[in-house]
Amino acid sequence: MSKVTMPVEQQIPIQQVDYRAVLSEQEIAAIEHECSLYEERAAAGIDALKIVQDHRRWVSDESLYAIADLLQMPVVQLEGVATFYNLIYRQPVGEHVIHLCDSISCWLHDFPKIAEHLKAKLGIDFGQTTADGKVTLLTNVCLGCCDTAPALMLDGDLVENLDIPSIDNMLGKLTARGGKND
Amino acid sequence: MTNRPLTEHLDRSNPQDIKAYQSSGGYQGFKNALAMEPQAVQQQVSDSKLKGRGGAGFMTGMKWSFVPMGDKALNQDGTPQQKYLVCNADEMEPGTFKDRLLMEGAPHLLIEGMMIAAYAIGASVAYIFLRGEYRLCATRLQQAIDEATKSGLLGKNINGSDYSLSLHLHLSAGRYICGEETALINALEGRRANPRAKPPFPQVMGLFGRPTIVNNCETLCNLPSILNHGAQWYSELANSPDAGTKIYGVSGRVKNAGLWELPMGATAQQILDLANGMQDGLKLKGWLPGGASTDFLLPEHLDIPMEYDAIAKAGSRLGTGGIIALDDHHCPVGMILNLLQFFAQESCGWCTPCRDGLPWAVEILSRIEAGKGSQDDIDQLLKMCGFMWIGKTFCALAPGAVEPLRSGLTYFADEFQQHIDHKGCPYGH
Ligand SMILES: Cc1cc2nc3c(=O)[nH]c(=O)nc-3n(C[C@H](O)[C@H](O)[C@H](O)COP(=O)(O)O)c2cc1C
Ligand code: SF4
Ligand code: FES
Repeated sequence: MSKVTMPVEQQIPIQQVDYRAVLSEQEIAAIEHECSLYEERAAAGIDALKIVQDHRRWVSDESLYAIADLLQMPVVQLEGVATFYNLIYRQPVGEHVIHLCDSISCWLHDFPKIAEHLKAKLGIDFGQTTADGKVTLLTNVCLGCCDTAPALMLDGDLVENLDIPSIDNMLGKLTARGGKND
Repeated sequence: MTNRPLTEHLDRSNPQDIKAYQSSGGYQGFKNALAMEPQAVQQQVSDSKLKGRGGAGFMTGMKWSFVPMGDKALNQDGTPQQKYLVCNADEMEPGTFKDRLLMEGAPHLLIEGMMIAAYAIGASVAYIFLRGEYRLCATRLQQAIDEATKSGLLGKNINGSDYSLSLHLHLSAGRYICGEETALINALEGRRANPRAKPPFPQVMGLFGRPTIVNNCETLCNLPSILNHGAQWYSELANSPDAGTKIYGVSGRVKNAGLWELPMGATAQQILDLANGMQDGLKLKGWLPGGASTDFLLPEHLDIPMEYDAIAKAGSRLGTGGIIALDDHHCPVGMILNLLQFFAQESCGWCTPCRDGLPWAVEILSRIEAGKGSQDDIDQLLKMCGFMWIGKTFCALAPGAVEPLRSGLTYFADEFQQHIDHKGCPYGH
């Protein structure tokens, strides 16, 4: 019996995108800097995804193709990287992203209660974005501040020692202040 | 001389200030190293009996000794081979937050440690592999790297020697398996971070196919004092078979959760006392000595020294030294379910026992916790502990998940039974 040994890369048609048509000068410069730190361009893949996400909030298919083109790497390899990580968003997210820690020390500090309250206040479940596009709610594994549990990450910043009033306060400020891109 | 080599330099207000670090003896260890032959630095670290703080407790000097040196590390054209040093700062093991303290409070200590390690193995490029969530660490480390570079401690021909080193910060994007050293190497190369088969070992063929050492952040932070004060001084810091000090921690329902630097072999009781004990009205029911992937121990084990062999003899692992305390108001089944959910989610999916076994264990545990479990479920869980044990899976993630499960099934057998007999969680979860 003959085996199919063709690499996956060659089986999937890759959409050709010229990176210059998609990425900004700023993004390209930042990605090129990362490339200069490694022996191979593909090694900057995760950095490139983050750079683009920082500029556009999430990584669209078009961005993915463009980064692969810039890094001269197969799109499937880059997609394999992008979908591997919890902090790369391959779907649109809201103006603010909340990652609530669901690991053990936070679980011992009322995670279920905090989670229910957040979901009820926002009117969404984990993995969803509010209808007005303001807030996306996600979980996160241990944030490394188990001594100040329960904790969450709001737009990348830690919020520790959570309780119901501090969550209400945080959400109040979010809706008042608008998005980080305003 | 200090007896707290890891935390003596902690400076919460201005940690990236290189002058302050230098004025308290900082970078002296590296200067001493630079005046020695690389192999002599390796020897000194071997003599200190330093063991890796990443969880496995492997002797650091021994680990380095497998890296090809001198004539054995040449390219075909006779030029020296490229080698790499990588700091493992992925710290994603639930219950573990020690590396964060060191990087936020003493970034220069880590950088100096990396310089010493890189010099000892002849690496000219080093990377810090930092978990993406640690933003403050990233800022402080980058500032410290920039300051060290400006002062000529990093870069070409350091201090007029013929040794050159460049050091870069790599931010990951959140995946526990990246902390496994071969997966970390794949991640750094821009590949999907599945672990690699060993051999070849990274010491011979690691990052981009070159000799590579991956050491934990805390391991590296021990090096400056060893090179500054000597191997004997270091090994005598602890009155235990394991040398030096360790950042121990405790979280859970204790009064004052946190981290403390103590001589190796301090007891969990001492650490619990520093945390002022359990919160009012709560009793300690069980504890994990070093993160989510270590076997449960009981209150009767609190006086065992927290060192690698003693904890192993008690049936667990020292792991990261971050204790997680389970109190008598939380359900052990619920806790184990939470731990297994973590491992199931973070499984990289490469091998079947782990990819399919962990979600299956989660399903069974959820059933038991909901009061819908049967005796067969317990038997099945016990069997699965065997299916996912060392040797059955491609890396140590699944066996790590088995540890709290198998010990929990033993120590909390009564609680498991209650869930089944009374068709519900006795803790009301
Ligand atoms: C699933 C898994 C996750 C790991 N995560 C980490 C980690 O976050 N940090 C770390 O230093 N070691 C981690 N390790 C251990 C590393 O593979 C490796 O043993 C360690 O970095 C070696 O450093 P040391 O010799 O200085 O202890 C992990 C291992 C496994 C199996
Ligand atoms: S044990 Fe789990 S994490 Fe390790 S290689 Fe197998 S699937 Fe991946
Ligand atoms: S478990 Fe939530 S921060 Fe560690």
